[in-house]
This record gives sequence, structure tokens and C-alpha cells, in this order.
Amino acid sequence: MKELLESIAKALVDYPEEVEVKEIEGEKSLILELKVSKEDTGKVIGKQGRIARAIRVLMKAAAVKENKRVVVEII
Amino acid sequence: MAQFVEKTGRTVEEAIAEALEELNADMDKVEVEVLEEGNKGIFGLIGSKPAKVRVTLKNTAAEAGKKFINEIIEKMNVDATVEVEETEDTLMFRIEGNDIGILIGRRGETLDAIQYLTSLVVNKGREEYMKVVVDIENYRKKREQTLINLANRLAERVVRYKKPITLEPMNPYERRIIHSSLQNNKFVETYSIGDEPNRKVVIALKA
Repeated sequence: MKELLESIAKALVDYPEEVEVKEIEGEKSLILELKVSKEDTGKVIGKQGRIARAIRVLMKAAAVKENKRVVVEII
Repeated sequence: MAQFVEKTGRTVEEAIAEALEELNADMDKVEVEVLEEGNKGIFGLIGSKPAKVRVTLKNTAAEAGKKFINEIIEKMNVDATVEVEETEDTLMFRIEGNDIGILIGRRGETLDAIQYLTSLVVNKGREEYMKVVVDIENYRKKREQTLINLANRLAERVVRYKKPITLEPMNPYERRIIHSSLQNNKFVETYSIGDEPNRKVVIALKA
């Protein structure tokens, strides 16, 4: 899950080396904290959060396979 | 669609350099095929033969998109492959494999997310916009037919009961399919209400 989010974020931003994902695992849910360079924030959020929404949809699909609830936080 | 040039020169290196200049590209953006090694001949006179190369510009947009989708597939542990087809302004990615419903999602939601993100990746740093379509085992075509059938069936119901019907929320692409499939209908008209992402099509009797 962590690697998937990392790959997606790295492909979207201008500074892939600054992409960081932190994983906080609970019993039923998984929180992924995505951190990117300040200049890249817009590249993972998008107008009216459109990019962030697409990322979350994709992460949710991946989580179904692992039987978990996933929360993606962009910080 | 790949762009290439063939160049000759005294050596392979010279020929490549000339080709790169003409393509206005760096070495890492091209593929080089040596057609003739070339031969300096004896004393550079007798039997000298020029080197010949074919230098092809790598299709970076298509490659970038394919790489991105492949990474998603792999990291989601889905057994699938991607093929890409290119026309002048569109890249069509087709995904095929086993157990790939997970990549489609409810009403194509996941597929649309993959398509949107791929389009961003492909068009990153490009001047000319490439339209990107991602399809899974003809899902888009089948969905289109389903929507056309639905539109026609609901239009009949609207006429029979003389009451408008509001459809469930759809994305712009799907709403357009409904609108265009009923635009020549003599008895009903269609319009959309609500805001994205909850915008819905209404089918109503023509005034």
C-alpha cells in the first residue's frame, strides 16, 4: 500500500526525491501520510481536490484486496 | 508514429551526433540502430565506407503512461498487462488480465481515477495536450451500450407515465452518452441538474 502511494505521488510531482509516505497501521484501518515538496502540493491535490480524490479512489481499490480501510492524509 | 532520421557520417559517433542535432534530442531520449559500421579504409582513401545510423525518438508520452499503469498494476498485485495504441492526439491504453474488476471499481470509478492520473503523468511537461483513454477489456464500450439501452428504456417510461425521471449521478462522459442517445427523440428532452460529482441527467417530456 505504501509503495503504491509512493509510486503514484512520485510520478505526479516535480521533486520525486522529496516524496515521503508514513504508514500508521491499526487493526482495521491504515493511515498513510503523504508528504511532498511545498512546490508540489498542488500536484497531488489539484483543483478542488480532484487529484487527491483520484488518488484516494485508487488506494481504496487496493485496500479492498487487503481487507482494510485506508485513509490518505496529505500533509 | 515514432519519429526517426537516418544519417551517414565518417564514424558512427559523427552520424549519431548529426541525427541528435536534427531531432533536437538528447541521447537518453532516443534509440540508436547502427545500419553500417563504416570503414575508414586504408589511409582513409581506398575502400572507405561511411557509417550509417538510424536514430529513433523514443515515444516518451506513451512510454511514461505505460510505465505508470504497469507500476499501479504491479503494486496492487493484479495479474494484468497493458498495451498502448497511439493516434495523432490520443493515447489509448488497454489493460487485460485476470481478476481485474478491482481496477474498474463501482461504475468505473477506479478506472476513471487511473485514467485521470495517467493523463496527468503523460501530459506532465508536455506542450501539446494528449488525450488519454484507459480501457479494461472493453469496459467503456460495454458501459456505453448499457447506458444507451437504459436511456431508451427510461425515455419510454417517461412517455408512458408522463413524469420526468432523474438518473443516478454520472460523470460528464456518461451524461453525454445519455444526452446524445436521446437528442433525436421526438417525445422527450434531457438536461442535467446538481453539481459535480453529483450531477444527474433528467429525462422529461418535451414541452
